Amino acid sequence: MTAPPTPAPAAGRGALDVRAEFPILAQRVNGARLVYLDNAATTQKPRSVIDAVRRFYEEDNAPVHRAVHTLGERATAAVEGARRVVARFLGAESPDEIVFLRGVTEAMNLLAFTLGESLGPGDEVVVPLSEHHSNLLPWREMCRRRGATLRLTPLAQDGSIDMPALESIVTGRTRIVSVAHVTNVMGVVNPVREVCALARRAGAVSVVDGAQAACHMPIDVQAIGCDFYAISGHKMYAPTGIGAVFGRRARWAQAPPWQTGGSTVERVSTDDVRYAEAPARFEAGSPNAAGIVGLAAAVRWLEGVGIDRIAERESAAAARAREGLASLPGVRVFGPSEGSAPVIAFDAAGAHPHDLATLLDGFGVAVRAGHHCAQPLADWLGVPATTRASFAAYNTVEDADALVEGVGRALETLR
Amino acid sequence: MTGPADLYSELVLEHARRPHRRGRLAGAEGHADAANPLCGDRVEVWVNAEDGMVKEVVFDGEGCAISTASASMMTDALAGQPIGSARDRIDRFLRAVTEGGVEGLPEEQAALAHVRRLPMRVKCATMPWRAALAALDDAEAAGGGPS
Repeated sequence: MTAPPTPAPAAGRGALDVRAEFPILAQRVNGARLVYLDNAATTQKPRSVIDAVRRFYEEDNAPVHRAVHTLGERATAAVEGARRVVARFLGAESPDEIVFLRGVTEAMNLLAFTLGESLGPGDEVVVPLSEHHSNLLPWREMCRRRGATLRLTPLAQDGSIDMPALESIVTGRTRIVSVAHVTNVMGVVNPVREVCALARRAGAVSVVDGAQAACHMPIDVQAIGCDFYAISGHKMYAPTGIGAVFGRRARWAQAPPWQTGGSTVERVSTDDVRYAEAPARFEAGSPNAAGIVGLAAAVRWLEGVGIDRIAERESAAAARAREGLASLPGVRVFGPSEGSAPVIAFDAAGAHPHDLATLLDGFGVAVRAGHHCAQPLADWLGVPATTRASFAAYNTVEDADALVEGVGRALETLR
Repeated sequence: MTGPADLYSELVLEHARRPHRRGRLAGAEGHADAANPLCGDRVEVWVNAEDGMVKEVVFDGEGCAISTASASMMTDALAGQPIGSARDRIDRFLRAVTEGGVEGLPEEQAALAHVRRLPMRVKCATMPWRAALAALDDAEAAGGGPS
């Protein structure tokens, strides 16, 4: 048995406790209190988001942007209201800069296949080695089709972007730089402001993947200085299948249509088509209206609780987990020890991540094991897979202790 | 017994910690590999057949305790068996893990068959046996099978 953890610090007066707002967390799993630490993959949903989606279906559901009847007007107002909520949340100048889509994966495909259409031989797209496949493969595929070059930037020893290397890689040939705000395996907070400034000086378009950031820190696209910023709803307490991408109006105007169909046009005749401006230009087909309503409810929930308070609580829990894991024999915690988001990747000598994850599940602790859709990073770390514990607003230091104790017990079983 | 921990019995873990016939067989008649893209695990199996028997079977790879233990048990089950019987044993184990029913299985294989209750882990257990089947096919195609 590993050393018993020191007692958890008592929750202070007025400490944030939102666990009760998440109905799913009330259950027991395999006879134990559910400790959900797979939040970087998907977060759970608060009652207010579930209620907003249910209310939309019970009261307002109708075609969006197409109907003159009362329900149609309400549904359209709900979607356009949500666009204003998301625009404000990201710091956009106008709601028209927000395009709703399924999430960051779809956003990166949209951007790669629209911005990328003008790429040619000699042009370069720059992406860090630590990226999730969703911010790697769309660019790689578009570069392959257009004969352009994809350049993967190396990492510094702690897994953050090697900025001096990036400075030499971003040149006049660079057309697009795409980078995660927070990396999905190790929770590294990338210096996106500096990266975007570098791209701007080179005359390149900057794209930021905010999938892992929007739930942990305030986002301000003006301060970041990016051209595009994408978020996934389901990783920030919203329903699955909905996300958004901010793009500067001038940048959207340069992008050709991608998926086409209903909503994307101003006028279609038998031999001509005139496409609409953004956002309609990029929102083909009937939108996921209930999802959009749920996304806005999640943003309101985040803002209501206060993202700074959430971050403070998550950081405390994650720091405790990081420290506890590092103290276990043979356990390596990857990534920078300071300043990262509450996402912890680790491995343990003599214990495969999948076995660890299965045994932890037996104690009610849900974590992720694998390459986390970032195989180039796993190769760089020199491991086939890692175990990842990622924290959200409802996680506590008790959850961190349950994780550390569970890993200790699992290692005793396996070794 | 209920829950994921049941899978990690000593019968299974003993194979995982000290797997049988782990190695590589240069110039073997039959060879096959398999991989699980979900976790990056992979396994390779080599077999040599003689007079319709599995004369040698070894495995190598990178994987979790379940896939390593399963590969080790697979080599125990196949070594020295007539090829037809080896195929039957593979078939019986795969059915036990995917459809259920452990009657007649060796105790250690029955212990491993608990994996059936963890659908996300079933492939860890089946991968070495499917690779063995492909390696037997490969060996027979090379002429090592029944003449």
